[in-house]
Amino acid sequence: MPEVNVRKRVVIVEETFHEGGPVADTPLRRAAALAVIHNPFSGRYTPEISGFMEDLKPLGLEMAQSLVAALGGDSKIVEGYGKGAIVGQTGELEHGALWHVPGGYAMREILGGAKAIVPSTKKVGGPGTRLDVPITHINASYVRSHFDSMEVGLADAPRANEILLALVMTTGPRIHARVGGLKASEIKGEDGLR
Amino acid sequence: MKSKIRKIITFVEETHTELGQPVNPPTRRAAAAAVIENPFAGKFVQDLTELTEIGEELGALLAEHAVAALGVPGPSAESYGKAAAVGENGELEHAAAILHPKLGTPVRKVLGKGAALIPSSKKRGGPGVSLDIPLGHKDAAFVRSHFDGMEIRVNDAPRANEILVAIAVTDSGRPLARVGGLTKEQIKGEDGLR
Repeated sequence: MPEVNVRKRVVIVEETFHEGGPVADTPLRRAAALAVIHNPFSGRYTPEISGFMEDLKPLGLEMAQSLVAALGGDSKIVEGYGKGAIVGQTGELEHGALWHVPGGYAMREILGGAKAIVPSTKKVGGPGTRLDVPITHINASYVRSHFDSMEVGLADAPRANEILLALVMTTGPRIHARVGGLKASEIKGEDGLR
Repeated sequence: MKSKIRKIITFVEETHTELGQPVNPPTRRAAAAAVIENPFAGKFVQDLTELTEIGEELGALLAEHAVAALGVPGPSAESYGKAAAVGENGELEHAAAILHPKLGTPVRKVLGKGAALIPSSKKRGGPGVSLDIPLGHKDAAFVRSHFDGMEIRVNDAPRANEILVAIAVTDSGRPLARVGGLTKEQIKGEDGLR
């Protein structure tokens, strides 16, 4: 399988203090790591692509590490995560699906055994396309306070023969979360759901 | 109806080919979206019960619209997702109140089953903002061929005092899915994951 050729990497950190209600004791932080890579399968239909998932693992690990670093360096403060991909226009939606395994593997590896499925989304788009990366709690998908998302995108990517890969981590619940449901304090942590 | 609906929009997408490779039968997705008045626009309100009840109404209404647009019986739908965009005078938590406490049950009723978490995303934005609705298999979240997302936009919504609420359903996974993982034929359908 081909080399992973990275054109650009970006880290974005967002800090929210309040949203019209009381100012939170601890601001919510969301961070996104983006990588723009050449799409080795661009422009033609390639039947066998799955080997590229293994090639993407080291990049995934670097991106996950950069997120933890952007959030202060301690992986224990990470409570939510998500991932996504935007495939340039001479690629195929399926090329974005190559990110499921290495993206999820990387965050679990860095976070030390997170149990919940990593929520994801993907699309084909041109430069400047935005992606709403879904976010859920890292150990229990049903924790309602942590259902969230972060919009990401880059003005100059993905070019036609590129893929924009994204990983997102957050440090807590929505800033004024108050619609009930399973709480983070009630997680059993057995099945990744509750 | 508790909801004050200004508009309902449905979208149907069919994919017939990818990079010259036929998709046969074509994969199909549908989304239904409602533009509603936000009863809490412009003020911080602690109790969001009215919106959770609106969510319950919209769950049934939008699932029925989406399945009708897809043109298959509800139980034949394979994956689903939900999302909301709150206009600029509202709060992210208003979307959470619609989407998370009560919307899912009536959706599952329309689709016959639905053991899996309904993947979701939310945001605040102006008219024309894009919504990327995450998609996952309705009975087993880990079915890799069905990890997907569907982008919708409504050019005149949400206005400042409105909320755009959307549900997406499919009768298929991604076109030409081939990155392995759990297949729909392998679903046990017990825990919503596998």
